[in-house]
Amino acid sequence: MSVRVYVPSDSTALSLGADDIARGLGEIDLDIEIIRNGSRGLCWLEPLLEIDSPEGRLGFANVTAKELSTLFSDGVPGSAHPRCLGLTEELPYLKQQRRLTSARIGLMKPCSLDDYRAQGGFTGLTKALEMSCEEIVACVTDSGLRGRGGAAFPTGIKWQTVLSAEGDKKYIVCNADEGDSGTYVDRLIMECDPYTLIEGIIIASLAVNADEGYIYCRAEYPLALERLQQAIELATDAGYLKHFKLQVRKAAGAYICGEETSLLESLEGKRGQVRFRPPLPAIEGLFGKPTVVNNVISLASIPGILAGGAASYQAYGSGRSRGTLTVQLAGNIKRGGLVEVPFGLSLRQLLEDFGGGTASGRPIKAVQAGGPLGAYIPPALFDTPLDYEAFKAIGAMVGHGGLVVFDDSADLGQMARFAMEFCAVESCGKCTPCRIGSVRGVEVIDRIHQGEQVEENRILLRDLCQTMIDGSLCALGGMAPFPVLSVMEHFPDEL
Amino acid sequence: MAALNIEQIALDIASPLAEEPGALLPILHALQEHFAYIPTEVVPGVAQLLNLSRAEVHGVISFYDWFQAEPSGASTLYICRAESCQAMGSAAVEAAAKQHLGIDYHQTSDDGRITLQPIYCLGNCACSPAVMLDEKLYSRVSAESLVAMLDNLPERES
Ligand SMILES: Cc1cc2nc3c(=O)[nH]c(=O)nc-3n(C[C@H](O)[C@H](O)[C@H](O)COP(=O)(O)O)c2cc1C
Ligand code: FES
Repeated sequence: MSVRVYVPSDSTALSLGADDIARGLGEIDLDIEIIRNGSRGLCWLEPLLEIDSPEGRLGFANVTAKELSTLFSDGVPGSAHPRCLGLTEELPYLKQQRRLTSARIGLMKPCSLDDYRAQGGFTGLTKALEMSCEEIVACVTDSGLRGRGGAAFPTGIKWQTVLSAEGDKKYIVCNADEGDSGTYVDRLIMECDPYTLIEGIIIASLAVNADEGYIYCRAEYPLALERLQQAIELATDAGYLKHFKLQVRKAAGAYICGEETSLLESLEGKRGQVRFRPPLPAIEGLFGKPTVVNNVISLASIPGILAGGAASYQAYGSGRSRGTLTVQLAGNIKRGGLVEVPFGLSLRQLLEDFGGGTASGRPIKAVQAGGPLGAYIPPALFDTPLDYEAFKAIGAMVGHGGLVVFDDSADLGQMARFAMEFCAVESCGKCTPCRIGSVRGVEVIDRIHQGEQVEENRILLRDLCQTMIDGSLCALGGMAPFPVLSVMEHFPDEL
Repeated sequence: MAALNIEQIALDIASPLAEEPGALLPILHALQEHFAYIPTEVVPGVAQLLNLSRAEVHGVISFYDWFQAEPSGASTLYICRAESCQAMGSAAVEAAAKQHLGIDYHQTSDDGRITLQPIYCLGNCACSPAVMLDEKLYSRVSAESLVAMLDNLPERES
């Protein structure tokens, strides 16, 4: 019988030569079956080759096409081979996680419906089909799920608003714009397990009586776009999308289009400018109709919640942060990858126990949590638990769960400047505090760095930050000051 | 004559998409896929097709970084400038690219082979620094590996 060899196929694995490995394996004269799975999200081990054994799948990390002839010189390598990591499932990094939303990534061929069903796919949908709209919404509300895109708004309450809204037509919009630096879990789900997202969207449509929906996916993710397209076609052919028309829309490189009202403008074919609110998108959203806008991870968490029940999801977590968070370790980190854990772990556990400290081996200087609008957190605060409210209490945010690590060689004064520069580049231009304030912010920071009237300019910078926080139309201008203020507070020598 | 042709081709591409609600972005993507940029000549036709003003169509093209209003090089090199890649030394990669190509961001090398663009996160932040060349992603890029990559770039037509 042939031995199954799994060669991952997400963007990261491909960028590290996974296709060359698959090609090389094809030329080896052994009875092997090559399976192109997604990725386990253990990014630092990619390409992570896995080989079936009677005990389970054995892992071989950082494999190159060049070494295949040696690796397979004595036949298919087994657990005794020096390059073998043992069973992938037993790797502490994976074993100590609680993968609910990302449970299936890397286990199967991403677009295979058979694989998806074999891994328990569509169990949540089957349950939802027997429930009323109100019951589905209640299940999501009771699970305690809060939006994973950044704002952490309770998903069930949003759905209830759309369900209650009057409308001849309602939409589900999936926000797959994933613009935050340090985040890549939406990509992993879309590239490795697209049906979980599609199932979540279908359940959302049943919950609020929507008959049409869009996945707005960033243009920077060509492979995710391709896989979503293929998965939707196959799901349509298999009859899963009879009552619901689902389309993928390619974004066009504007960070602000991750903001939900700007995203809706973009879907309508306009410039991605933020809308004034009210009205909420849940009441007047896409083309003026009641619309659910949810992040990829929020929606991809739904099938598991329906399948396992609200209580089992709600049982995980800390305080008002229920369930699990798909943390993404990034930047200068030794073991960068996806870490899905219940809320409540400390930052230190994530960065040290999972991440193993910096890639450079130098001490950690700071971690930026929650994307480009998130604070720089110093090591003195690393006992903070992963929890929306606990992060807020230290002036930080969980956001989409990205943690970007910097070692002691980093120039955080420059990173503060970059926060303002990024805001200036990405501002939609509709409100002055964001559009002009960010440009002024860069100038003032430059003056401080040049030693010009430092104290006066620091006061000016604080005032400017406050004006942006108070006066901006959306969180781009409203939060870009946070990384700046955090550097001023925690690293006063640098700004 | 050439202009007429471009307009006609553009209409052939755009018309089947025009019925979709919010069709402008899908149309612009399709046009850029075909022409490698969005020629100004196509704007009036697209505007008329969608019942928009030319200014509105121009406004959308200029709003989105992904849409190129000018022809670009045979290849486009996107260098990630976002935080995770900065934490891993992307500044050196950026400097090497600019120096080696003799250009700044948003410019095309003299031989017309490469256009250099900044990008803010490629979703590859566990293996930073990242760059993307012709929709192919590269991980853990260094100044040296980038220069080698540019030197070994196969010939492509502009
Ligand atoms: C500047 C800005 C960028 C944002 N980018 C994203 C994004 O890329 N993806 C996302 O899901 N939410 C993003 N959001 C949050 C959305 O506005 C919105 O809260 C979210 O899509 C709602 O879905 P959720 O409740 O499932 O999180 C962004 C918000 C702002 C202000
Ligand atoms: S910050 Fe460069 S890939 Fe994410």
